[in-house]
Parts: sequence; structure tokens; C-alpha cells
Amino acid sequence: MTAADAMSNWDRFVFTFFNADIAMKYGWEILQGAGVTILAGLAVVITGIGAGFGLAALRAIGWKPINFFIIVFVDIFRSLPPLAIILVLFFGFPSIGIVLPSLVVLWMSLGAVLAAFAEEIFWAGITSVPKGQWLAARSTGLTFAQTLRYVILPQAVRLGIPPLTNRAISITKNLALGSAIGVNEILGRANSALSMSANATPLTMGALLYVLVFIPLVIASRTLERNYRWGEH
Amino acid sequence: MEQFTQEFFNLDVMTKVAPFLLQGLLQTLLLCSFLIPIGLVSGILVMLLTTSPYRLLRWPAIVAVDFFRAFPPLVLLVFVYAGLPFIGLRVPALVAVAVAFLINSASYYGEIYRAGMVSVPKGQREAARSTGLSATQTLLYVTLPQAIRNVLPDLLSNTVELVKLTTLASVISVPELLHSANLARSLTYNSSPLILAAIIYLLLLLPVVRLIARLEHRL
Repeated sequence: MTAADAMSNWDRFVFTFFNADIAMKYGWEILQGAGVTILAGLAVVITGIGAGFGLAALRAIGWKPINFFIIVFVDIFRSLPPLAIILVLFFGFPSIGIVLPSLVVLWMSLGAVLAAFAEEIFWAGITSVPKGQWLAARSTGLTFAQTLRYVILPQAVRLGIPPLTNRAISITKNLALGSAIGVNEILGRANSALSMSANATPLTMGALLYVLVFIPLVIASRTLERNYRWGEH
Repeated sequence: MEQFTQEFFNLDVMTKVAPFLLQGLLQTLLLCSFLIPIGLVSGILVMLLTTSPYRLLRWPAIVAVDFFRAFPPLVLLVFVYAGLPFIGLRVPALVAVAVAFLINSASYYGEIYRAGMVSVPKGQREAARSTGLSATQTLLYVTLPQAIRNVLPDLLSNTVELVKLTTLASVISVPELLHSANLARSLTYNSSPLILAAIIYLLLLLPVVRLIARLEHRL
């Protein structure tokens, strides 16, 4: 292969994956997708972790019938692939008269999955607090609710932060599945720009945007894990 | 209520599409049968790099692991499958799935093994080496088995995630279980095939999820 050939191959690669003209043309469009991804991600994380926390607190009361439903919910949503949940909500529910916008379907599905995992993590935290703490807190005159609120839950949350961060990241990355049901997030927009421009640059941009959104979180989770490990010793 | 049963739990539809879904299930199991073992082994290689005493090996490996942990697997899959043909590299859908998900799962498995290795006291390695075991022997017979035992729930839980991940292959039309179910749904105008697929996934994964919960609470 001559030097000129190598050059033209390199040029072709740059033209295909890092094409400045295409990037200028579709950049704003795909960037707006990042806005959708970030907002939907915040919604999933806030509602998912909030619901998981609520369920774990509810489970701590120890009312058997309610606990049964919580455990069934958690086990099912930890086992089902998120894409299967999304397809059922998106394609099945309209037939029984419940039509949900695709963004709502994405938010509800991933929110429920995160809630299930978060409940399990918080519950593991609650059960790892020694029994003596319950007894001591109650014997000082705190009510059950006060013990839960001021003694048990703060410790459970502290224990749960590193695994919860990892889980929240890996579930939020599934926002890209929205492209399968027509949500205008990064991948969906990159895909349509790809077919309009017949060039792979939009896909490169979409991938880089996703990494840009998530890499700070991944690095933060690494730091959290290290700090909490130090905190134990 | 009847409408609900008709739409989601229609036994006629379910029995009709069951053989078709079983074919999809076989494809899913085929995917798992090479993704899981290769993922588990390549995770060990990734761990050896990210815990290497040589900075020139360690840092690039850590950067790569973090990069691919931030990279949504579906985006990676679409990139491999739809992006590479533009430079003349047309990969079959199955190969794209294998490449994308192995990169993804090797990073995750690698991080889990690393956490396991960190949890094994330093003295174990030093003691093993001082009895005359080579570095490889120490790894294989002393530190790695302990590391794996310490992170067994996480390894299992990541394996469940990997099985769930195979559903993404449906997006690029690999005829795995969810893809077959969704195709059956569009042909029958009924959602029962999706529910049947969900039931199969539950039968497959729920026991493992229960096992993980039990292992976690025992530890």
C-alpha cells in the first residue's frame, strides 16, 4: 500500500466518522436530544430512588400482606429485561384504552426497574443495622417512626450510596432504549440524522454525547466507592 | 377485565405462538452460551490489567473501563452494526452483538473481579509467594478463588444483567426471544406473546435473582 492510499483511507475514515460539515448540520438537533436524555434521566433517578426508598421504609413496618406485594414487585422488576417492560407498556396498553406518550413509557419502565433495585439496596441497609440500635432507640422513648427516621434510615442510606450510584447509572443508560419506541433522545435523533445524511458522523456524536453525560457519574461512583471503603477503617 | 385478559393473557394466541417463541428462546440461550463464559474470562483479563503494578498497563485499562461503563450498550451495538459498514466493514448482526456486549460486559465483570481482589488481604499473596508459588500459581490457587467467593453475588447479578442485555439484540433484528415475541405481537394484533416472553424471562431469571438476594443477606 502506498502512502497516498493510506492517506486516502484515513481521509475516508475521518470523512465518515468525524465529518465537520455533517456535525455542523445535525449538531444542534442531536444536542437537543441530550437535553431530553438528561431531563428524562433526572426524572428516572428521582422517582426511582424515591419510590425505592419509600417501599423499603414501608417494608420496615413489617406488615405481612404489604411486604408480600413489595417483594413480588421487586423480584419481578429485577428479573424482567427493561426492553420487555417498555414494549408491553407501549404496544399493549393502548389496546386496553391506556395510551401513554413514548417518553412517559420510558420514564415509567426505567423508574419502576430502578425502584425495585433501590428498594433491595435500602432494605439490605436497613437489615444490616444491628438490632440493638432499634432496642436502644425505642428504650430512650423514640417512637417507631422516629427510630426509623432518625436512627435506622440514615445508616441504611449511607451504606446504600455506592451500590445505588452504580445501579442508577446502569439503569439510566437504558434511556437509549427509548429510540426503539420513538423517543427523541440522543440515539433516536442520531439514528435519523444517520439515515438522512448517509454518514456515520451523527452516530459518533451521539456516542460521544452519551459518554460525556455519563463519564462524570462513572468517575464520581469510583470516588464514592473509594471514600466509603476508607470510611470503614 | 375481559378485555384485559383477551389482550394480555389470551391462551389461544399464546399456544399458537409458543413454538415460534421457543425458537427465539433457543437463540437467546445460544447468545448466552458464548457471551457469559467469554465475558467471565475476559473480565479476569481486564481485572489483571486494571490491577497491574505497571502504570503503563493500568491507567489505559482504567480509562477504557470507565469509558465503556459510560457507553450505553445499545449505542455501542448500533455503532458497531450501523456505523462500521460505512467504512466497508459489514459485520453480521450476531457478530455485532458479540463484539458490543463483550466489550460492555468485560468492563463490568472486570470491575467486579477488581473489587474482589481488593478485598483479599495482601498477606495472602505475600505468604503464597514466600512458599515458592509462582505469580500465576498464586493468582490461580490463592487470591482469585477468594476474590471470586467474596464477590459471587455481584458476579451472578451481572450475569443476570447480561442475559437481560441480549434483548437489545432485537433492535438490530437478531431473532432472539423478545424479537420473536414482538414480531408475533404485530402479526396477531395481540400483546399476549410479549407477556409469554416476559413469563419465560421470569422463569429463567427469577430463581437466580432470589438466590442472589439470599447470598447477599447471608454475607
